[in-house]
Amino acid sequence: MNPETLIPHPVVVEDVRIDTPDVKTFRILTREGDKPFDHLPGQCAMISVPGVGEGMFSITSSPTNRAYMEFSIKKCGHLTSWLHALEPGMEVTVRGPYGRPFPVEEDLLGRDLLFIAGGIGLAPLRSVINYVRDNRERYGDVEIIYGARSKDDLVDYREILEEWQTTPGVRVHLTIDREQVGWDGHVGFVPNYVKELNPDLKKTVLVCGPPIMIKFTVQGLTELGFAPEQIWTTMELRMKCGVGKCGRCNIGAKYVCKDGPVFRYDELGELPDEY
Amino acid sequence: MLFLKSADLERFLAAASETRTVYVPVDVEPKKSAYRKWTPGTAVSKGLKTTRSAKDFFFPQTEDLVGFRIENKKIQILDPRGEEEDFAVFGVRACDARSFGILDKVFLSEPVDTYYENRRAHGLILTMTCRRPAETCFCTAFGIDPASPGGDVAFTETADGWYVEAVTERGRDFLAPLGDLFEDRDGSGAEAAKEETRAIMKRLPLADLQTDAFGGGKTKEFFDRPEWASLSEACIGCGTCTFVCPTCQCYDIRDYDTGHGVKRFRCWDSCMYSDFTKMAGGNPRLTQKERFRQRFMHKLVYFPENNGGEFGCVGCGRCLASCPIHMNIVKVMKTLSEGQDES
Repeated sequence: MNPETLIPHPVVVEDVRIDTPDVKTFRILTREGDKPFDHLPGQCAMISVPGVGEGMFSITSSPTNRAYMEFSIKKCGHLTSWLHALEPGMEVTVRGPYGRPFPVEEDLLGRDLLFIAGGIGLAPLRSVINYVRDNRERYGDVEIIYGARSKDDLVDYREILEEWQTTPGVRVHLTIDREQVGWDGHVGFVPNYVKELNPDLKKTVLVCGPPIMIKFTVQGLTELGFAPEQIWTTMELRMKCGVGKCGRCNIGAKYVCKDGPVFRYDELGELPDEY
Repeated sequence: MLFLKSADLERFLAAASETRTVYVPVDVEPKKSAYRKWTPGTAVSKGLKTTRSAKDFFFPQTEDLVGFRIENKKIQILDPRGEEEDFAVFGVRACDARSFGILDKVFLSEPVDTYYENRRAHGLILTMTCRRPAETCFCTAFGIDPASPGGDVAFTETADGWYVEAVTERGRDFLAPLGDLFEDRDGSGAEAAKEETRAIMKRLPLADLQTDAFGGGKTKEFFDRPEWASLSEACIGCGTCTFVCPTCQCYDIRDYDTGHGVKRFRCWDSCMYSDFTKMAGGNPRLTQKERFRQRFMHKLVYFPENNGGEFGCVGCGRCLASCPIHMNIVKVMKTLSEGQDES
């Protein structure tokens, strides 16, 4: 990679998968057909459409995937609308990886893991889930609670059904917000579902989703008896440089782009409530 | 000690200009001075400081970062930078000279910002003592001595010229071939001039400004203080304070379609602006109170927390002079530290 951190690299969009009505997953390769760079689960990269702008996105593919890199992106603004218009074969630019990853080789090692995701919040956790599946013997039980507005809004649904649910020692609980024809699974919001499932207090929790979902989920976990030190989450704020200099993602003395995006919940408690 | 007579300033600047571009403060309109390229006959401002700070030399208001050319759907990436040329900035005061060290902590920390680094490597800083500090000056509160301004070469101003001292190796190399421009004088005149500057500073209205209440680790102490509401009430979010500030370095990165390619440039930005943190999903700093608080918390708490206690302010006083609602960091510091005594 170019040592110039602000200068990106052209990459080819090899494949575009439509996950939900507003989420697409983009498979990225260099022109030579390689993965653009190595990363750790939870890390992010800057993707840009020249002339439109640049934005920070979590890398949803696992580092154990040596073939390519994937980003699941929800269409919700100017740049993401442009990204959603991309077709296979077109080019974008990428630079990274940025930020502090989930501690897969430290705190999470050997632990029973509980993943809790809401909507597009699955994107950063998917990287960890697949990393753990590919290193299955180094982690304990894996439990995944994933919720979305509707059945159609569940990202990576096929992978969840065909690969995650069939991995030994991995249990998946899906939920959607409202009753829907053709859905005979659980209905209800993620925070309530977590409380219903009453997970074992020995588990280490990784949670990501809309801020309000994270807030109520952690509140529920705390009521169940989980300590902030057991809970990891990943944050999102506006970013421009990705390396802690442009000032945009500054909260307290931390920069989400370089000191995060992954934080342990007790660390977040030390920061001013400004996210 | 080397001494440059007032009458020889033109000769000195001409000699310096032979090896590099020299920028000097120039009076551009009443009460407004700015750095300009020196050419023979350019009158150097006798004012205390330029309206904008000297940060532009290393962190310009806008600069191109990347160029893109798109041909046959392939993106070609271009580094727009040419060879950086040597330059010198003359007449930098102690406050601005210190601000470069603060900017260094941001831009030269890993990963190094090479755009900034290139300019730093080519810029020679010729500082000057403050013979007549202004009522808005409070650099001494941040441990800055306006009589020892630092830089590469320091000029100590007196009634008939300047005592000239090399501060760095680069400064020594610069002065070495210019020897015949200077007189050799006893250094006592320099000491007297420095003492005079220090004595004036002690008499100025902001001489007793205290920083003790602030510093790293004090986020919880100050973040929820009720005074932020009244302090920020009149702030119109114009960002002038940020633009004139020598240490404010937040920036934006934007793309511009030139019609035959795309330029990605960066420009100064301000945490005082409502769209600074605005995302498609919402804005974590909804009102001016939060934006205002961010600017001062960053300078007085967050920056020192990450940089060994050094504050993100050099007391140049530009924000005091330029804020349209007469709010400034001094009022913020006084209000917050007074409130603390009462509690």
